[in-house]
Amino acid sequence: MTIQHAATHVAPSAQPGGTGQGAPSSTPMVSFEGVTKRFGGTGGQPAFTALDGIDFTVAHGAITGIIGRSGAGKSTLIRLVNGLEKPTSGKVIVDGTEVGGLPESSLRDLRRQIGMIFQHFNLLSSRTAFDNVALPLEIAGVDAKTIKAKVGPLLDLVGLGDKAGSYPSELSGGQKQRVGIARALATDPKLLLSDEATSALDPETTQSILELLKRINAELGLTVLLITHEMEVVKTIATDVAVIDRGLIVESGKVFDVYASPKHDTTWTLLASSLALPEWLRTGIKHSPSVGDRALVRLVFFGETAFQPLTGRLVAELGSDVNILAGGIEEIGGKPFGSLVVSYSADPAVIERANRFYAETGLSTEVLGYVA
Amino acid sequence: MSPDMMLNLILKSLGQTLQMVAAAGVIGSLIGLPIGIFLATSGRGELFPAPTINRIVGLIINAARSTPFIILVVAIIPFTRLITGTSIGTYAAIVPLTIATIPFFARLVEAAIREIDKGLIEAARAMGATPAQIVFKVLLAEARPSLMAALTMTMVSLIGYSAMVGAVGGGGLGDLGIRYGYQRFMPDMMLAVVVVLIVLVQLVQSAGDALARRFDKRNRKN
Repeated sequence: MTIQHAATHVAPSAQPGGTGQGAPSSTPMVSFEGVTKRFGGTGGQPAFTALDGIDFTVAHGAITGIIGRSGAGKSTLIRLVNGLEKPTSGKVIVDGTEVGGLPESSLRDLRRQIGMIFQHFNLLSSRTAFDNVALPLEIAGVDAKTIKAKVGPLLDLVGLGDKAGSYPSELSGGQKQRVGIARALATDPKLLLSDEATSALDPETTQSILELLKRINAELGLTVLLITHEMEVVKTIATDVAVIDRGLIVESGKVFDVYASPKHDTTWTLLASSLALPEWLRTGIKHSPSVGDRALVRLVFFGETAFQPLTGRLVAELGSDVNILAGGIEEIGGKPFGSLVVSYSADPAVIERANRFYAETGLSTEVLGYVA
Repeated sequence: MSPDMMLNLILKSLGQTLQMVAAAGVIGSLIGLPIGIFLATSGRGELFPAPTINRIVGLIINAARSTPFIILVVAIIPFTRLITGTSIGTYAAIVPLTIATIPFFARLVEAAIREIDKGLIEAARAMGATPAQIVFKVLLAEARPSLMAALTMTMVSLIGYSAMVGAVGGGGLGDLGIRYGYQRFMPDMMLAVVVVLIVLVQLVQSAGDALARRFDKRNRKN
C-alpha cells in the first residue's frame, strides 16, 4: 500500500479508543461557530430552521459521529462542511479556512481535500469501478498515467482489486460503498464525510464497511465525520459523538461518556436499540410511587465498576428483594459497558440504603420510574 | 409504368428522404442538445440558474412544437430562402425539418437529463467539479442510453415529417406516395412506398435500440 497522505499528523489524544480526557490538538479539523441554517422564508412562507445555533468541533484524526433522528438537521450539518450548503449565519471552519466566505473556485479546491460517501453510493452507472474511482482525479485535472497508478492501489485498499472492470450494477451494495470509499480517498483528502453510508446496507455488510472506515482512519490518519441515525454505527467506530435534535446539538463528548451516561431524551431514544426496556416493562412505568410500589432502576457499569461484583453486593445490601428484569453487556469505545435494570421496594428506608450503597461504590444509576 | 421505372423512382425518393432526414437530424440534434441541456440545468437552484431565460426558452419551444409542421414549412419560407437561396427542393426542405427537430429533440434531452439521480450531481459537486465538468462527465455520460433513444425517436419522427415537405418540392418517399400512389391512382406504388418506409423506420429503430443497449450499464446482472 503506497498511498501518500497529507494528514498523517494525528493527535494522540484523538486516537480511536482514546480515554476522553486528552486535550484536542491545537486547531480542530472542523469547527462550527454559532451556525444556523434556515430554508425558505420567501413569499410569505414561514422559514424552516434546520440548524439553530451549532457550536461544535471535530478533532484532527478523530472519528466523530453526529447522530440524530431523521429531520434533526444532520444532513444539512454535514453539507455545510464542504459548502454544498451555506450557513444562514455563523461560521464553518475547515482546517483553518472559513468555508462560507470562499469564492466558488477556492471552494472547489477545498472540496478536493474533503472526501464524501453517500447512503445511496452515487456511483456513475456508466463507469466501471475503476473509472468511478478515477472521476475525482479527472476532475482535478490529474494526468491519465498518474490516475492509472493511483486507482489500482485504492481498489486494493478497499478490497476490490479484482472488480476494477465491473459496472456498479454488477456489484453488491457493500461493494458499491467500497467503490464509493475508494473514490472519496482518490484525491488524498484530509477529511472524510460520511452521509448515512451504511443505512442502505444489511447489518453484516454495515460491520465490514465500518471496519474499513476504522482501518482507513487508523492507517491514513484521516479525520472522519459521519452522520447516522443508528447508535450502533457510532458505537462501533466513533471516538466522539454529538447528538443532534431539532437543529441543536443537545449532547456531545467522547462516545463512551455519552453512551455511559446519556443526559438528553434524544440520546436515550437513540440508545434504545441496545438499552431498550422490554415492552412489558415500559408500559407500566409511573413517575411517582404509591404505597407498595417498586422502584425501577438502571444500573450502569463502566470503567472500574464494570469489573466489581457490585450486583451481588447490592443484593446482599438490600436483602433478597432485588429483582433483575433486563440487562446486557456490550463494548463501547473498546471498553466493557453494562446495563442492568433492577427493581426493589420503593420503601424510603430501602431507597436510602440503596442510595448509600451507590454513593460508596460509585455505581452510576438512573431511576426509570416505579412499577406496581 | 414498368417495374424498372418504379424502382428508379423509389430509389431516387429514398435518397432524398435519407438526405433530408440525415441532414435535419444531425443539424437539429446538434442545436437541440445544448438547448435541452440548458432547459434541464437552468431552473432555480440548479447548475446554471437562470429561471427567467429558462421560462422564455421553454415558451418558444412550446410555441414551435405546437405549430403544425405543414404550417411551419410554409410560414418560414422567407427564412428558408435566406439560408438556402431557394424555397423549393430537397435542400430547402431541410430547413423546416431542422427547425422542427430542434425543439422536439431539446425536450427529449431535457427529460433524459432530468431523469438522472440528483445524488450524482451532488457527488460531483462534492468532488470539486465545475458545472461544465458535471455536464460533460456526469450528465451527458449518464444520459447516453436515453439520449440514444431520443435520437432514434427524433429520426423516426423526421421520416414521418419528411413526407410533408412534398408541399415545397422537397421530394422523398412520402411525396412519391402522394403524387403517384394517390393522385395517379397507383396502389402498387403506394404499397411499395409504405413498405420501404416501414423497413426504413424498422432499421433506424433497431440500430438505435442496439446502441442504447450498448451504452446502458444500469441493468447488468452478475
